[in-house]
Amino acid sequence: MHEVLEGGFNDVPVQAAQAFRAVMTAMARPGDIVQVCGAQPPAPMSVAAGAVVLTLCDPETPIYLAGSHDTEQVRAWISFHTGAPCVAAHDAVFALGVWDDLPLGAFSIGRAEYPDRSATLIVDSAHLANEGAVLRGPGIDGTARLSLPETRAFQQNAALFPLGLDFLFTCDTRLAALPRTTRVS
Amino acid sequence: MSDYNFAYLDEQTKRMIRRAILKGLAIPGYQVPFASREMPMPYGWGTGGVQVSAAVLKPDDTFKVIDQGADDTTNAVSIRRFFQKTAGVAVTEATEEASVIQTRHRIPEAELRADQILVYQVPIPEPLRFLEPSEVETRKMHALEEYGLMHVKLYEDISQHGDIATAYAYPVKVEGRYVMDPSPIPKFDNPKLKMAGIQLFGAGREQRIYAIPPYTDVVSLDFEDYPFQPTKADHACDLCGAEDSYLDELIMDDAGKRMFMCSDTDYCATRRKGGHIGAQGAPHREDAA
Repeated sequence: MHEVLEGGFNDVPVQAAQAFRAVMTAMARPGDIVQVCGAQPPAPMSVAAGAVVLTLCDPETPIYLAGSHDTEQVRAWISFHTGAPCVAAHDAVFALGVWDDLPLGAFSIGRAEYPDRSATLIVDSAHLANEGAVLRGPGIDGTARLSLPETRAFQQNAALFPLGLDFLFTCDTRLAALPRTTRVS
Repeated sequence: MSDYNFAYLDEQTKRMIRRAILKGLAIPGYQVPFASREMPMPYGWGTGGVQVSAAVLKPDDTFKVIDQGADDTTNAVSIRRFFQKTAGVAVTEATEEASVIQTRHRIPEAELRADQILVYQVPIPEPLRFLEPSEVETRKMHALEEYGLMHVKLYEDISQHGDIATAYAYPVKVEGRYVMDPSPIPKFDNPKLKMAGIQLFGAGREQRIYAIPPYTDVVSLDFEDYPFQPTKADHACDLCGAEDSYLDELIMDDAGKRMFMCSDTDYCATRRKGGHIGAQGAPHREDAA
C-alpha cells in the first residue's frame, strides 16, 4: 500500500528548479529526452509524471485523470502534494493518463486571443526513444525523432496552431515534449 | 544559508511563472499574461527578467547579467548580487562560462551555445502598443494576424526619412506567425535572434512572458525594395580594434572629441587579453578593471 503522504520532493525549491529546467529544455527542444526524478508517486504514475505534477500543479491548475490513472491513491496523492482539484476533461489545465485513455477532443485548445489557455497532457508511456516519427519545427535543428503513439493526432493538433494541445511524454524517469508547433511525419 | 527561499520567489509564484514559460515556448512570440509580483527593485530595473531568471535558475548555474552589453553597470551588478545572495549561484562576467545570462538591451557578441539560456528584460512587450493604445485591440490584431499597421509604420519611416529609421526594438515575425518586440536591442542584434540557445523575455510592469525556442525562424520585417539592414557605427572599436561588434559612442571632452568602444565589455576585454589593441587602446593589464 502506497502511503499518500510519502513520495513528494524532500527539498522542494531545489528539486522543483531542477525538474523544471529539464521540462523546459524538453519543451524548447522537441524530441530531446531528459531525466526528471525526485518523486515517488503511486502506481501507475511514472516517476517523471510525478515530478512534473509536483513541479507545475497547484490549486490553480485543475487536473484530469484519465482511465487507469484515475485511482483513489493517485487522486489522494496529487491532492495532498499539490492541492490541484480533479475535474472533467474540458475544465482541465493538465491531464494525466496513458495515450489510449485520453479523450483528445475534450480538452481546451485555447482561444484565438488567448492560445495559452490550452491543456497540457502528461502521457505516461511504456516506451520512449529517439526513433519512429520525424519531427520538424521550432526548437529542432533540422529533424529529430521520437517514438510517438501515432502521427495523425499530432498532425491535426499542429494544424490548429496557434491553438492546440501540448504534450509531455513520460516513461520511468525520462521525459520528452511535443508542443503544438512541431510538425510530425 | 540564506534566509530567503531559493531564488527569492515563493514556490507558488515560481510554478505560475514556469507554466507561463512553457506556454511561451509552445507558442513562440506570443505574449503570455502572468501575475507579475512586486520585486525589491523598481519597475524599469528588470523586474520581468528577474522573475523569469528566478523561475529558471537552479543551484549549479553560473549567472551573468549585462546592461546594454556591460557587466559592470549598476543595474547589472545589483541583479547579479541579488541572485548571488538569494539563490547562491555562481556568477561570471565571461559569456562562455555562463549557463543563464540576463540581459538588458543587447545580445552578447559571442555566439551562444545550445546549453545557454538568454533572459531579456522587456519594458514594453507589445510591438503594436505605440500604434494602437488599446490592449483589447492589439490582442485582437494578434489573433487575426492583422499586422498591416506595423508595415504602414515602417513605410512612413521610409517616406519621412528615406529609410527605415527604426534602429532598436525593431519588430520581428516569429515562425511566420506572431509579430514580436525583441526588446530594445539594436537592430544590429536582430540576426542573432535565431540561435542555438533558449531565449526568454520577461516584462514585469506589463505582466507578459514570451519566448523563442532554439533554431526558430525570426525574420525582421522589411520590404522587397527596402530590405532589413543591421547597422552599427561605421568605425572600429578604439580599445580592441574589433570591426564586427556593436559600438558605443563616448564624448571625451567639451571640444567634442569622440571615442567608439564595444558595448559588450566581455567581448572587448577578451579581445584585449588576446593582444588586440585599437587606435586609442593601451595593452591589457590584469589590474585595470
